[in-house]
Amino acid sequence: MDKSVNENTKSTLLKTGFFNRLETLLPKAVLFPTFAIAAIFIYGFIGWTTWISFTDSRLLPKYELAGFIQYITLFTKEPRWWVAVGNLFIFSILFISICIVIGLLLAIFLDQRIRGESFFRTIYLYPMALSFIVTGAAWRWILNPNLGLERLVQQLGFSEFTFRWLVDSHMAIYTIVIAAVWQSSGFVLALFLAGLRGIDPAIIKAAQVDGASLPRIYWRIIIPSLRPVFLSAVIILMHISIKSFDLVMVLTRGGPGYSTDMPATFMYAFSFNRGRLGFGAASAVIMFLAVMAIIIPYLYSELRGTRNER
Amino acid sequence: MRDKTAALAGTSDPATLIGRIIVYFVLIVAAVFFLIPFFVMIMTSIKSMNDIRTGYLISLPREITIEAWVKAWDSACTGINCEGMKNYFWNSVRMVIPSVIISTLIGAVNGYIFSKWRFKGSETFFSFLLLGCFIPFQVILLPMSQTLGLIGLGQSIYGLIFVHIVYGLPFTTLFFRNYYVTIPDEIIKAAKIDGAGFFRIFRKVILPVSLPIFVVAIIWQTTQIWNDFLFGVAFSGSDSQPITVALNNLVNTSTGVKEYNVDMAAAIIAGLPTLFVYIVAGKYFLRGLVAGAVKG
Amino acid sequence: MASLTVSNIRKKFGNQEVLKGVSLSVKSGEFLVLVGPSGCGKSTLLNLIAGLETINSGEIRIDDQVVNDIRPKDRDIAMVFQSYALYPSMNVRKNLSFGLETRGVPKAQIEETIRHVAQILQISELLNRKPSQLSGGQRQRVAMGRALARDPAIFLFDEPLSNLDAKLRVEMRTEIKELHQRIKTTIVYVTHDQIEAMTLADRIAVMKDGFIHQFDTPQQLYDNPANLFVAGFIGSPAMNFIPCRLVNQGNQTGVMLENKAGRSFFMPVEQHDLDVKKWLDQEVILGIRPERIASGFYEQEGNPMIHEIECIVEVLEPTGPDTLVFVIINDSKVTCRVSPHAVKAPGESMKLMIDMSKALLFDPGTGQRIENQTAGSTGCT
Repeated sequence: MDKSVNENTKSTLLKTGFFNRLETLLPKAVLFPTFAIAAIFIYGFIGWTTWISFTDSRLLPKYELAGFIQYITLFTKEPRWWVAVGNLFIFSILFISICIVIGLLLAIFLDQRIRGESFFRTIYLYPMALSFIVTGAAWRWILNPNLGLERLVQQLGFSEFTFRWLVDSHMAIYTIVIAAVWQSSGFVLALFLAGLRGIDPAIIKAAQVDGASLPRIYWRIIIPSLRPVFLSAVIILMHISIKSFDLVMVLTRGGPGYSTDMPATFMYAFSFNRGRLGFGAASAVIMFLAVMAIIIPYLYSELRGTRNER
Repeated sequence: MRDKTAALAGTSDPATLIGRIIVYFVLIVAAVFFLIPFFVMIMTSIKSMNDIRTGYLISLPREITIEAWVKAWDSACTGINCEGMKNYFWNSVRMVIPSVIISTLIGAVNGYIFSKWRFKGSETFFSFLLLGCFIPFQVILLPMSQTLGLIGLGQSIYGLIFVHIVYGLPFTTLFFRNYYVTIPDEIIKAAKIDGAGFFRIFRKVILPVSLPIFVVAIIWQTTQIWNDFLFGVAFSGSDSQPITVALNNLVNTSTGVKEYNVDMAAAIIAGLPTLFVYIVAGKYFLRGLVAGAVKG
Repeated sequence: MASLTVSNIRKKFGNQEVLKGVSLSVKSGEFLVLVGPSGCGKSTLLNLIAGLETINSGEIRIDDQVVNDIRPKDRDIAMVFQSYALYPSMNVRKNLSFGLETRGVPKAQIEETIRHVAQILQISELLNRKPSQLSGGQRQRVAMGRALARDPAIFLFDEPLSNLDAKLRVEMRTEIKELHQRIKTTIVYVTHDQIEAMTLADRIAVMKDGFIHQFDTPQQLYDNPANLFVAGFIGSPAMNFIPCRLVNQGNQTGVMLENKAGRSFFMPVEQHDLDVKKWLDQEVILGIRPERIASGFYEQEGNPMIHEIECIVEVLEPTGPDTLVFVIINDSKVTCRVSPHAVKAPGESMKLMIDMSKALLFDPGTGQRIENQTAGSTGCT
């Protein structure tokens, strides 16, 4: 090979080497802003909040560490926190189980070659498009102790009927459950319906050939095969529960008293209204840890699953 | 699918007939349960207060009046302001449009990289970004309000736009990434051999087939940001509040006579844009909901 | 047209080494087929040649130029993919012209090229359709057209026929061969289908586990496989492998075969290069193709290497021209290709002729051929 050719190849090599490097650098460069955003505004801020939770910050953040004092106060000296945690448990258990029962039942019924299926589906799902604030405003009016449901039933002839859950500190939490179920069960229905549509019809035919009755097919074959959907639904609803803030704020503002407080409203009240930043931060960190304890194992298995598929 | 339902519902013996009647009955009762609150809202919003006090919850109005609507839009008092919902409605519009556009576009490019230009560590980074879909936002509220103040975006719509872009990115990235994963890698290889580079492949090959996922992402972001309350209440000033915050203030105002018809009119105003999106593009709305929830 | 030389290529994905030192050379205008089971590294090798992946070590040359660091678009190659990889948003015309436009080819010339290519592949009337409006066979044609339009030095085919149904696959196979005879461009073609490999290739590289096990002409691969893997992979129904012992009987060296009834038959083997001393009284594997065990052979008369064995018929599989008869020899299942008229019913005893001149012996430990009947075959591991 003569010299000129050799040099020629060399220069193209250098050029292409540069382009090659550019080509591999470009995606990283384009992704960098997102990387920075995630690093600062997600992970950095979580760290920041965690830091504040270990200080004695009140109205303004201070950065001298003060140990576990906020956490100790939170768990031992603050009855309101325990009310919030207790409410969260009551709320999540009822909210999740009722949503799943309604969602599954309606999904199975809708899966029976129903005339106007999409019409029904549209109705069941529209609350999901609304803000919790709108939902809350509506239910606040419906459950109004004087002019709402109570009076409607009274006017129907049951004059002794009382329905004052919204202002009853023992019952107010259940009004939040009602509104939340109304808003979210259509979504659970959609999840289950998608799951039902994904079941291989041949399995059901096989069961019919085996002589199984319809309820038995559902109970023994179809519902068990929806297990992943159950898992997803529970995780998502649990996630909604822990984050629930809007609905409580608009329906009860955490009241009467602080009887319907939840961790999210607790955190907000202490951080922004009462000027106890360190305390609010500590409750936020606990919420964060609770969510992560649920989400990370779920996410891990989900991601691993999709990776295997590919 | 038809096979299955046909097999399940095909026969016509009396037991099956009764079964189907029960099924329809339950479905209709459920539909009524889901519709009644909205029905009550509309009815209440077109009644006069007098009508509300003397009638009952689900009664039809004796006479229809749009007084409450006018007041809700123009002059209802939220806290100390008495200018109705209109300013807040436009606040929300001004907040939603830029944050949806920007977060969707960045998400599209991100998704393109995460699916088609993977590099060492990109999958890990994606998982870490994904976690951002799940964090309870309480855990970033305090630093964010500090930071917004620091960079001069506190109490402003721009601050809210910024926050919604930042925390919308994990979702939009997820949507686009999951959609682009379904486009065969071989198409990218073919385009590379045809001489196209990073941006050219995105523009000429990927973008033209991205319409469905753009619709999904835009709808998801629009409803999420329009319906947001937490960021609105935490980061907005009195004249930059989004409509959800204003509505909450309105229904929780305890001074003066409570006007439930105005409350309901305001609530419908606040819900109408997302409801409209849902009715027009329900299919995409649901797809986003399932994608955003199951995987994110 | 260009030659292609691949020297000692290695490729790792993470900790997994997919190619463990692969060398090949393709002459200009040659049709090379890379064949092997899935996961053998053949598609990776093709991607490396295309420049879609980077190699860890080794060298790829197109003609005399090392292309290791040259981007795919500058390698003067074109590729046809298994999924066709047509751009879904573009019509057929745009699909064909995209690569030319990217390269800045003048409009008029693009028009001319597309017309020409469309004519060759008979897709002229499809030019304004979107890929979604095409049948599988039509998409396949468009994918080939896209490659053809570029008029590259080397064509790369990555399992291009796998997504077609059986009948169409055979048709397209012939068309690809015709196309090659017409344009005479160098082709590297990846498939897992050994019949496709045999019918298309000038030379075949049989790959497994990141190695090339044999690189040879189709007939050589069939007649002189280098090892058990190649012998079993090429040919259908597959070659019979019968474990047996090499013994001396009289002045002949051969193997002992035993039928189900326990009766033994001595089968002499040819011993050109056979190291009898080393293998005498050792276990070996006898490889013999099904068509070499039959009810009789035309050239039977006077052939000293054809011997008789009697076996019980286990199962019959008629294929039309022949019937496959399954028998048990030395406890292993053996396929024989028998004329339908000579077949006995299952359970009956049948006399079969074995043509030992085509028999091969393998080392049961390494799987390698024990004898090399022809010096030309190269087993490179």
